[in-house]
Amino acid sequence: MHLPVYVGLLDSSLRSLADAFRQVSDGHGEEPDVEYLCGVLAGQVDEQWEALAPVIRRYGENREHEPERLHATGLDSTRSGGVGLLRDLQDLYMLGSFVDMTWTVVGQAAQGLRDRELLRIVQTHEQDTSRQLQWLQTRIKQAAPQALIAAK
Amino acid sequence: MTDRIADIWGQRTPYARDTAWPVRLDQHLQEGVSESDVQHWVQSACVLCSNGCACDIAVKDGRMVGVRGRGGDVVNHGRLGPKGLYGSWQWNGRDRLTRPLIREHGELVETDWNTAMDRIVQRSRHLLDEVGSSSHGFYTSGQLFLEEYYTLGVIGKAGLGTPHMDGNTRLCTATAAAAMKESFGSDGQPGSYTDIDSCDALFLFGHNMAETQTVLWMRVLDRLHGPDRPRIVAVDPRRTKVADAAVESGGVHLAPLPGTNLALMNGLVNQLITQGWVDEEYVSAHTLGFEELARTVEPYTAEKVGEICRVPPDDLRRAAEIFGTSERVLSTVLQGFYQSHQATASSCQVNNLHLLRGLLGRPGCGVLQMNGQPTAQNTRECGADGDLPGFRNWENPNHIDQLAELWNVDPLVIPHWAPPTHAMQIWRYVEQGSIDFLWISATNPAASMPELPRIRNILGREELFLVVQDGFPNETTEFADVVLPAAMWGEKQGTFTNVDRTVHLSEKAVDPPGAARSDLDIFLDYARRMDLRDRDGEPLVTWHDPESAFEAWKECTRGRPCDYTGLSYDKLRGGSGVPWPCNAENPDGSDRLYADGVFPTAPEVCESYGHDLLTGGATPPTNYRADRPDGRAFLKTAEYTPAPEVPSEEYPYVCTTGRTVYHFHTRTKTGRAAQLRTAAPEPWVELSPGDAEALDVAEGDLVRVESRRGAMEAPARVGRGRDGTVFLPFHYGYWDTAGSDGQSRAANELTQTEWDPVSKQPLFKVSAVRVTKLAPGRGCAPAPTTTASAPHDPAAVPATRGDQGSETREDPGVADPPGRAPTPEHTPGVPQPVSPHAARRR
Repeated sequence: MHLPVYVGLLDSSLRSLADAFRQVSDGHGEEPDVEYLCGVLAGQVDEQWEALAPVIRRYGENREHEPERLHATGLDSTRSGGVGLLRDLQDLYMLGSFVDMTWTVVGQAAQGLRDRELLRIVQTHEQDTSRQLQWLQTRIKQAAPQALIAAK
Repeated sequence: MTDRIADIWGQRTPYARDTAWPVRLDQHLQEGVSESDVQHWVQSACVLCSNGCACDIAVKDGRMVGVRGRGGDVVNHGRLGPKGLYGSWQWNGRDRLTRPLIREHGELVETDWNTAMDRIVQRSRHLLDEVGSSSHGFYTSGQLFLEEYYTLGVIGKAGLGTPHMDGNTRLCTATAAAAMKESFGSDGQPGSYTDIDSCDALFLFGHNMAETQTVLWMRVLDRLHGPDRPRIVAVDPRRTKVADAAVESGGVHLAPLPGTNLALMNGLVNQLITQGWVDEEYVSAHTLGFEELARTVEPYTAEKVGEICRVPPDDLRRAAEIFGTSERVLSTVLQGFYQSHQATASSCQVNNLHLLRGLLGRPGCGVLQMNGQPTAQNTRECGADGDLPGFRNWENPNHIDQLAELWNVDPLVIPHWAPPTHAMQIWRYVEQGSIDFLWISATNPAASMPELPRIRNILGREELFLVVQDGFPNETTEFADVVLPAAMWGEKQGTFTNVDRTVHLSEKAVDPPGAARSDLDIFLDYARRMDLRDRDGEPLVTWHDPESAFEAWKECTRGRPCDYTGLSYDKLRGGSGVPWPCNAENPDGSDRLYADGVFPTAPEVCESYGHDLLTGGATPPTNYRADRPDGRAFLKTAEYTPAPEVPSEEYPYVCTTGRTVYHFHTRTKTGRAAQLRTAAPEPWVELSPGDAEALDVAEGDLVRVESRRGAMEAPARVGRGRDGTVFLPFHYGYWDTAGSDGQSRAANELTQTEWDPVSKQPLFKVSAVRVTKLAPGRGCAPAPTTTASAPHDPAAVPATRGDQGSETREDPGVADPPGRAPTPEHTPGVPQPVSPHAARRR
């Protein structure tokens, strides 16, 4: 059974996402909404990650044997300026999308296994991930024209 | 003769449930002017709060010399508040801007209109060519008239094509609009002031109505003095007159710690659900989202809420019981919610309380999501703020096409790639230099915006070209490159709409001083000089005066929820104001909306597809359609999260800011009216008795209040608030402090740049501060004793009084009360549901 591979992926990608939210929050203090909401969402991802604990206990987690092609390892640092904000939010969006699809894959396995507890966990928490993506998309769309056309 | 400084609400005219509120004619004339001296009475409505009281302006020898209420008007039945009586008519003469000013070698110098407008147009053209329309920002007001907002909206959205237009309404009323969009699909006040006449319980959420809308509070007081009086529930951290009334009426005063409103509201909704006070039939037929709402509020037990908000759990239960068991409930919401943390979610929970019990659209059953300013409703509906005209949805291509057709422009000109830029973001873009042309009209951000040290830096940016259009020199005009002198109320014609959608006509009573022009004429002049054209090369703006602008606006509202097509200047003359929607089928307007429980949530009509209330993430249109709202309202909330700034060891108090009854905004008008100025001459710092004792501060001692961002200093009032909370009046800035020692005294020195994720309204009411005693006092604090700022020890402070010889009259019962507008069974502009209600029931 290869579910532990994806449990491991979920575990590590949630941790990357929480860290990345925190990093963007810290790095963009001049955008108060980004600072505050990224902090709130980092806390939300922490809760998702904590909710994963019983799943890890049950199924364990395996390191992937497949080589990493796309490196969803998190952010090294944040950027500055209008375009910098845009890029940082887009990086968060990519990390979030990775988490989103990982929930989907784990959820599919949970259905196949008829594992009600795992299904409940996935259903509860994948909604939070889509809320995070929804916010990121909204904020990116708002910021894009000004950053690309008018920013100095 | 009466002293309406001391006796703010005047004499009582008690009335019983379901009867008409009696008339009382209030009048004030300038000293030495008698009624027989008045040459003309000119119809208008007061602009010194959001209530919209109809009045007549007394004119003698080309000057405004007084004011009286209009007894036949549905809003005020003849009454006026202290600001209207003493402050409204006084600004025609002194200290006005009378000539345009331009900056030459660093100094503002007088010039003529041609020179000033040329300079604006030159810079505007240059930036449009170099950068494009995104370089332009417009920051307006809740003080102009409908015709002016619509003209500005068309210039910005169809002429220049900039998304950067908003008003100071963002600071006062944005959450009202946002909460109605989220719950009901569109802006549009469900309730009416007449609901006060019929309610059994009245809930005021963060709304110190006794001070902010004095005439509305008179209506409440008259019910409280009559038979079968309603019970009042007040949610406010201060011991306001409303809170006193709550206790006296057998209701409850809940004083949550600032920043915890959503926890409180989730707790109230939890009680309603767990106690079974839910109209299941209404919920099933007329709402969406009950299961998720119930799930989200489940953890908010009375005990948990008590812990978060620091209120007794039994008080929460009692408040919920009053809401759950009263036959008719009216709720009002204002800045205590709107300017606080999680504003939209908290305000939506008020809507939810009513939806859960089906208490909407019937007499006494309503919600009033209030406004802070007299014409804020028009900023919202006309497109001069972060909304499109006629409550159109920027994400709905058909709505954009309607506007493009109406204005005869390419739809791509109209910015609709994202929501129109909200004020806080506009200021950020100015700070970053991507907006270099900012036009401010009828507002004073250098005193009213949060975090003033930052705002002054932004206004002082060298590359910024700043146009300021106002009636008086103020803190903001100091920074301008061009200052345009504007006509004010009584000096120009136009219409405006109050909280309960009532439209009034305000006629021109006197000429503006010097070369001052109406804001409408200034905007029209800019459009002409910029040569703004439609797609056929004809002038974009086709109107030339207030009435023709109103006629153009009517076309923009045709078929929309805010339908004005049944109104005209002639119709608004002589009688009462009329509440929209008003069209051919409903020529007398509409008293309340949603009588049949059908809301404007159908995708083709709604103003917004909604947001996640925690983050403000926009609901994708496809998801919205998939929910098939079909006229049902949304039950939405979010989980409570702690505010961005909470008290710490270093900054142990929560600071809230707010109004006092005698002043409006930054006092540019009320500070020049002697009676009002004397009643509340200087700022103060309000402390609870417990906090004052701990700080060793006595009444009148000079204290310093300091946050991470800035500080202000003023004498302390040992008041009646809750421990841990400091209150500051936000009215006081620097325009009238010439010759003083330059002491910081504006509350906004220390407020923070943070906003609600959905409404984008700034969080004025939750700053962490520390308080230091600076010096012993030289007498009492200059705070009124008549209101929420009353001293803890009444004997220690002389009572606030007015000029005893003043020519102020009250004449109760001199006429029959006006009739009410009808309530349509089905709300105009709202599509009928596709699937009939019966089919929806489980």
